[in-house]
Amino acid sequence: MSEYRIQGNTGEWEVVIGLEVHAQVTSNAKLFSGASASYGGEPNSHVSLVDAAMPGMLPVPNRECLRQAVRTGMAINAQINRWSRFDRKNYFYADLPQGYQISQLYHPIVGEGEIEVTLNEKDPESPTKKIGIERIHVEQDAGKLMHDQHPTMSFVDLNRSGVALMEIVSRPDMSSPQEAGAYLKKLRSILRYVGSCDGNMEQGSMRADVNVSVRKPGGPLGTRTETKNVNSIRFMMQAIEYEAQRQVDLLESGGAVVQETRLFDPNKMETRSMRSKEDAHDYRYFPDPDLLPVELDDAFLEECKASLPELPDAKRKRYESMGLTAYNAAVLTAEAETAFWFEDLLSHGVDAKQGSNWLLSELFGALNKLGKSLDESPVNPAQAAELLGLVADGTISGSIAKQVFEIMLETGQGAAAIVEERGLKQTNDTGAIEAEIAKIMAANEDKVAEYRSGKDKLFGFFVGQTMKAMQGKANPQVINELLKKALDV
Amino acid sequence: MTDFSRMGVAAIRDGVAKGEFKAVEVAEALNTRVANAKALNAFIVETPETALEAAAAVDADRAAGKPLGKMAGVPIGMKDLFCTEGVQTTAASHILEGFVPTYESTVSANLWKAGAGMLGKLNLDQFAMGSSNETSYFGNVISPWRRNDGGNAALAPGGSSGGSSSAIAARLCPAATGTDTGGSIRQPAAFTGISGIKPTYGRCSRWGIVAFASSLDQAGPMARDVRDCAIMLEAMAGFDPKDSTSLDLPVPAWESGLNSDLKGKRIGIPREYRLDGIDEDIAAMWDNGIAWLKDAGADVVDISLPHTKYALPAYYIIAPAEASSNLARYDGVRFGLRDLPDGSGLQDMYAATRAAGFGAEVRRRIMIGTYVLSAGFYDAYYTQAQKVRALIARDFEQAWASCDLILAPTAPSAAFGLGEKTSDPLSMYLNDVFAVPASLAGLPAMSVPGGLSKDGLPLGLQIIGKALDEQAVLNAGLAIEERSGFTAEAGEWW
Repeated sequence: MSEYRIQGNTGEWEVVIGLEVHAQVTSNAKLFSGASASYGGEPNSHVSLVDAAMPGMLPVPNRECLRQAVRTGMAINAQINRWSRFDRKNYFYADLPQGYQISQLYHPIVGEGEIEVTLNEKDPESPTKKIGIERIHVEQDAGKLMHDQHPTMSFVDLNRSGVALMEIVSRPDMSSPQEAGAYLKKLRSILRYVGSCDGNMEQGSMRADVNVSVRKPGGPLGTRTETKNVNSIRFMMQAIEYEAQRQVDLLESGGAVVQETRLFDPNKMETRSMRSKEDAHDYRYFPDPDLLPVELDDAFLEECKASLPELPDAKRKRYESMGLTAYNAAVLTAEAETAFWFEDLLSHGVDAKQGSNWLLSELFGALNKLGKSLDESPVNPAQAAELLGLVADGTISGSIAKQVFEIMLETGQGAAAIVEERGLKQTNDTGAIEAEIAKIMAANEDKVAEYRSGKDKLFGFFVGQTMKAMQGKANPQVINELLKKALDV
Repeated sequence: MTDFSRMGVAAIRDGVAKGEFKAVEVAEALNTRVANAKALNAFIVETPETALEAAAAVDADRAAGKPLGKMAGVPIGMKDLFCTEGVQTTAASHILEGFVPTYESTVSANLWKAGAGMLGKLNLDQFAMGSSNETSYFGNVISPWRRNDGGNAALAPGGSSGGSSSAIAARLCPAATGTDTGGSIRQPAAFTGISGIKPTYGRCSRWGIVAFASSLDQAGPMARDVRDCAIMLEAMAGFDPKDSTSLDLPVPAWESGLNSDLKGKRIGIPREYRLDGIDEDIAAMWDNGIAWLKDAGADVVDISLPHTKYALPAYYIIAPAEASSNLARYDGVRFGLRDLPDGSGLQDMYAATRAAGFGAEVRRRIMIGTYVLSAGFYDAYYTQAQKVRALIARDFEQAWASCDLILAPTAPSAAFGLGEKTSDPLSMYLNDVFAVPASLAGLPAMSVPGGLSKDGLPLGLQIIGKALDEQAVLNAGLAIEERSGFTAEAGEWW
């Protein structure tokens, strides 16, 4: 899709990127316990006996977490494995109470799928590329160590311990930071549509391990490094850029890339070695004997399928067929919250074109100025529909609508009430308009003459003058008609 | 005055229910026996007050005319592998010394609900790893039995449920809980002349039992006769949503289903269990067992379980593999022992805590388990062992075409002396050779007394049944019990 190349001293280098995305499953309870999976809370306030791995405690799978993984798999057209199994990944760390993470190595719940990405989702002409997904498996999150609570000791917060994660593993199909960014954005968008993950990277509910290697174009794959736990799309793109350049420099200066785990430092914008393959853990994976294999029946799969919402690609096509521009359709569907807001607006009887134009220009412009997200919009779809309805039925003009909207944002009042209170209703009083037109023509005889001698463009001037004289409250169509009548003698 | 020490579960339950005596009297009497039997070292913690409270509650219920539970008024011993709320639970390890759970295991809770009371927490092999009860951090349990050679060599009560077997054989309690991973109920029962049944895997919830090897661990009752085992198993078993491997099935009425008429039952005698150099006493007892079952109306057939010889090696891969992972949680971070040498970091704390907290046998099995799961060895050991396990299960499946039950010895010998096998772990592991196949296949299996060795020590007969057919196993056990005339008791030397 993109011809991204690193120019080295020995020629061009190609970058090969694969991502392992950890997405926290949206669920009330943890993967194997009834404790709350919600973010935040006092340290160790969302911890059950199972999460703390007390002696004799046993995991019981939370079907909702499995359901969300299956729905996610369906959304990327992946193979759903009716039979899957949990394995233990054994290692010691203070944030891992059991001494093993319950994960799925050998038999993941979701197999191969794919995601189509486009470099610039707002540009319908932008080329697309299919990124393969190798698998999605479900696993437990670990707790959190706190190193700043005591001079000599570290504290452990187990609130996250046992929360369900989906690990979404891509094929090494990406070849530029932009492609990786587009993939992560699209994946996040799909997760939000499906409702299986909130995609909130700042809170850590979605994070990426980035596998990067470089090679001469078309050559054999190089040794890769894995940069762990990158928690924003921008950081990920920076990490890839840095890491690929580092590998090229290393190889061209006669060195070799070491297969290792690295960390990205967003302050210095560089990756640093964390541990090499030699200190890599032997995780001693084996099937978790506390758990039975997961078997999914037809009824379960059908429910998962039926509960899937319309996904972004399908939605975009439908919006285009409703007469929206390709650009508008793309922007409206890129994020689930935009599409849901838009559809909410339409459900209040707003015309699709009018609604999409208003949402993308007026509302987004206003939110941009306020520094707010759509979630935090001071105006909800119902209120917006009231405003747009007043324009559609001719009660107010488009320009008055802008004023009314500003007032709505400031005061929180409803559109109809504002129009009523401030007398902003559009007038169709032809007599009043004709009187103003006569005044304007009298004051601008030269322009009237120019217009009549063929300078059509001046028509807009007269419209503007009339509207101004009418304080914006005249119906523009009526103005047009009356002006034409007066000017085109 | 009634000698409550000679009464079993049924006798106590019925006596209390009929008002022949008070539950509190039973608890008092047995509390005293427990307190006076320290030489056996069967208990890690004694809980006389708990026993009395449970008994008083039963007496009050009876006085109020309320219905009484299946075990009402019966004081029992609780293997210290079951987590008991407010009472120290150690798995006989140093690493859990002083650990007091805030929760009650499902099985023990079921027993308390049924009206049983707790005399104390019984000693065992550390983390249930052992066949002689010599790996306990709290010292060996000593069998009440002695050889008839006039010597007073201390004998092993079997393991890992050695505190349970010793306490029951010494008549400190009428019954106790056991757990069986590779024979830990059956072998100690055989060594001490009592009965014990490991039900089908999944009958008893594992929730709240300190895990050894999850795919094999199964709780079961130990008592002095078959009926008592049936009663107690009914109280212990049942579906538990907190254990994913628990069977969602109703609990059969095993006690009322007891019937020693075995007409139409076919008993398989596995030829592979007749090892070269089999102990003469064991061979003779086995023959007696065959005769008794025939006498009870059963047909006896020869069967083959061809993969038997691979069972023990497979078991000693699978069980340590699971244990190495199950025991990772004992890390000094959240509960139990923490050994934090000066200036040390996390890794040092793990190493110091686990080195100090685990005994030699537990460390050995963690190392074996870690090894067999390691990259490069996994397929050769763990995968291979799982295949063997599937073949063992298939052996039994095929055997059920020609028989309904299998009769075999429980252990290859009578009880051995303390210290006789501790220097040779392999010979110790060999003691599980007859017990392990049924564990690997998850089948119900029971040991009942089959006679005495020439040394005057008890020997056990093992009955293995089809999955979920505990009733047939208990019935055959009862048939043997009615014919063996086993009345021998350990002399009260302590």
